[in-house]
Amino acid sequence: MTTRIELTVNGRGRSVDVEPHHTLLEMLRDDLALTGTKECCLVGECGACTVIVDGESVDSCLMLGVEADGAAITTVEGLASGDRLDPLQEAFLETGAAQCGFCIPGQLVSARALLDDVPHPTRTQIEEGLAGNLCRCAGYEQIMEAVELAAARHGAADPAPHPRAVTTDVASTPDAKVAPQ
Amino acid sequence: MSDVVGTRAPRVGGLDRVTGRQAYVADIPLDDVLHVKLVTLPVARARIGAIDDAAACAVPGVQLVMSARDLPSPMPRFGPQRRDRPVIATGETKYHGDPVAAVAAETKDAAEEAAALVKVAYEELPPAFTLETALATDAPLVQDPSLRPDDPHANTNVLHEHRHVWGDIEAAEREPGLVVVEGSYQFPMVTQFAIEPHAFMAAPDGDGIAIWSAIQHPNWLQRVMAELLKLPLSKVRVHAPDPGGAFGGKQHAKYEPLLAFMALATGRPVRLVLTLEETFQAVRRGAAQVHVRTGFHPDGALVFRDVEANYQIGAYADIADRTVAKGSYTSMGPYVCPSARIVARSVLSHTVPSTAFRGFGNPQQIWAVESNMNEAARVLGIDPLELRLKNLAKPGDAFIPGDTPADGDWAVAVRRAAEMIDWGSPTQPGRGRGIAVGLKSGPTTGLSYSTVRLLVDGSVVVYAGTSDMGQGARTIFAQIAADELGTPLEWVTVVSGDTAVVPYDQQTSASRSSVFMGNAVLRACRDIQAKVRAMAADLEGIDEAGITVERGQVRIDERTIPIADVVKRGLGRLGGEIIGIGEMRKDAEPDHPLGGTAAFYEFNCTAVEVEVDRETGDISIPKYVTVSDVGKALNPNQVRGQDEGAAVMGLGHTLMEHYIWDDAGRIRNLGAIDYRIPTSMDLPADMDSDIVENEDGPGPYGAKGMSEGALLPVSPAVAAAVTDATGAVIRDLPMSPERVWQALQELDSAEPAS
Repeated sequence: MTTRIELTVNGRGRSVDVEPHHTLLEMLRDDLALTGTKECCLVGECGACTVIVDGESVDSCLMLGVEADGAAITTVEGLASGDRLDPLQEAFLETGAAQCGFCIPGQLVSARALLDDVPHPTRTQIEEGLAGNLCRCAGYEQIMEAVELAAARHGAADPAPHPRAVTTDVASTPDAKVAPQ
Repeated sequence: MSDVVGTRAPRVGGLDRVTGRQAYVADIPLDDVLHVKLVTLPVARARIGAIDDAAACAVPGVQLVMSARDLPSPMPRFGPQRRDRPVIATGETKYHGDPVAAVAAETKDAAEEAAALVKVAYEELPPAFTLETALATDAPLVQDPSLRPDDPHANTNVLHEHRHVWGDIEAAEREPGLVVVEGSYQFPMVTQFAIEPHAFMAAPDGDGIAIWSAIQHPNWLQRVMAELLKLPLSKVRVHAPDPGGAFGGKQHAKYEPLLAFMALATGRPVRLVLTLEETFQAVRRGAAQVHVRTGFHPDGALVFRDVEANYQIGAYADIADRTVAKGSYTSMGPYVCPSARIVARSVLSHTVPSTAFRGFGNPQQIWAVESNMNEAARVLGIDPLELRLKNLAKPGDAFIPGDTPADGDWAVAVRRAAEMIDWGSPTQPGRGRGIAVGLKSGPTTGLSYSTVRLLVDGSVVVYAGTSDMGQGARTIFAQIAADELGTPLEWVTVVSGDTAVVPYDQQTSASRSSVFMGNAVLRACRDIQAKVRAMAADLEGIDEAGITVERGQVRIDERTIPIADVVKRGLGRLGGEIIGIGEMRKDAEPDHPLGGTAAFYEFNCTAVEVEVDRETGDISIPKYVTVSDVGKALNPNQVRGQDEGAAVMGLGHTLMEHYIWDDAGRIRNLGAIDYRIPTSMDLPADMDSDIVENEDGPGPYGAKGMSEGALLPVSPAVAAAVTDATGAVIRDLPMSPERVWQALQELDSAEPAS
């Protein structure tokens, strides 16, 4: 038995019929085909599934989809504005922070939430801010440098980095098949 | 002319990685797919009784419950070294997590619900899940002896005993005045913990099968599937999207065969994404106990080394026995020593099958032998840096008899590391320094093919079957092609990960790809250059002797023309393209103990400064230095990423990682809560990665493989620093706060305060 919820995902109004026991992670990946958000530990320890919910970074595996009713959510797919990459994305490319890349969506989203909160963080604040995002390629040094670089360039430049609701389209049943991206 | 080799060229696939568009196996949608869930038992070893799937089949959406009875008899088996692994457990489970059945259903929810409803009758049997129990004379046998009828060890749990011997160790031991230093070291079971849990899909594909797997060796998997399903290779198509981290754990087939049988049974695509817990029960590194005895002249010169090691591998061989062979083979390290006797056994146990993991059997040995060197330095009263420099092989030294001579000037790396850590200068109170080196034999055989197409507009498509699992292989190949063919980097596309499209590559392992596939790509580009040269001669109506083609340029007498211009003219109105093929092959040498000499050696020197909290036993690292001999850094950004990544991964098994077992052989710390890996909070305060580039490797432009070196000497370097800081000698990993604290307590009680 699904429940219909309304929310904003990456600036776009969405209406989703979600199973009440499905996590926000499952809803994003399986119902909305936003597979940039990754699934790993499912217990809130690895950070691969991090998204921003109403301005706060959240492990989407620890939140039910229905709890996102009315929320504004940003996933990795929503960081860039059209063709313009988020400064963090540019910096990650530049420092070589993305190796296998599997943890990178979570790292980027956590870093975005951090910079939205603290535009010019210290190294310690960055390390603490990303402590919940595991990287087994262990490219931590290059990730930390990328966040520093992005902060130095653009930290306070964009006061409203994630514009909210624009349009609404009703779709998605739990097992909707979605065309390849 | 572009010139991108040696620059920090942006990663191919980087944009997809930072935008969330990179499609890993679990991100790929297949129409009409069934979701698979494994059924396992809450025990290590058990005799499997009746399997009642009535309740499971009653769950709406369930299409198949498969167990051993649904598979061909005898049970098909596979494995890279021995065909000992069944498609699904048959008769007996061999380890905690060994699947006995699998459910395929229309939804993930239905598959999970049904899997929990499969009733499996079983009788728990005593497991051998430690080295001691596995080696006991009355140990339960992990493998049915009939699986290896001609093997003298068949009635024991020793899968294989490797012996590497040179010189006359008995005579050496009798030399008068020797200083002999010995000790036993323990290395725990740890797991690869790629952030992408293993994922597999299979689907009927015409009259064949298609497999999707985050696999390092797509062609090897293709061969395994063809053999199991009795299909020609051409009817097995392996899609191998970039793995989300692999580290050796994704080299060989795991559940792909099971998925294939399920796809054929249902006639539909099937998909299995493991949980992290299930991934822990699928792959790990072999644990080891290593006893090392080394004899020195009082001046520090090595005289003999005697090593006896038992590696605890798992229930099936996978590639584990090879890790034991290769890891122990270089137990003498990068030193010249007149005699050595190295014995290493692969010991089967009722545990998760161990497999390749960055370092491939070497970190276990190096933990022991380099710690032994540091202990020897103290006994001898010689600086550990000097002791190493004194014994280090010089370029060209045949330091392992019958193998590739030393292929680097390793002393340069050692001196560099020492300099960077301020070796010899006083440390602050409570701190200490340590140094260690690591050496690993690179690939012993190999075969990589590449096809490169130079298109009419000058853009380039490179086909290279290396799995790009984070090391950035495609970037390297694109850089090579861009330089050799004079094409902008962004005009090069590298295609990998599809055995129906991309030529054969033996494997992505042993830090080989820049060398093997890199050379294949280079040669394919040079094949194109040769064709362009012939084309230019034809166009100009002159002899080829007057034309040279290199680095994207055609030189005719005094004139220089870009390759693309010649090609455009040469191809004419019909367009078309120029196709080049390249190959790098290193054949097996049957008489060699490893089946082949080292294509290159990976060498790293690591030096650390630590601070030990005497109250808690916690180790912090104010400064960390790693120096690898890389031959040539084709992409310094990526070299740094691999070097630092290997170092931090090494800090994981050094400081915190290990499987914890209960009394029944079950893993107690499955998953990310109770199994800790390094986070951004565990980094050295100051970390510095440097390289030695003498362009003396066999790869393109003098490159060597380098992705494992920095992991090799982490543990002994840190342990030596802890000893330097506190006096405590630690011989068991991980050096958790508890273990360090206990060592400090023992030290305090042994030496009452004066």
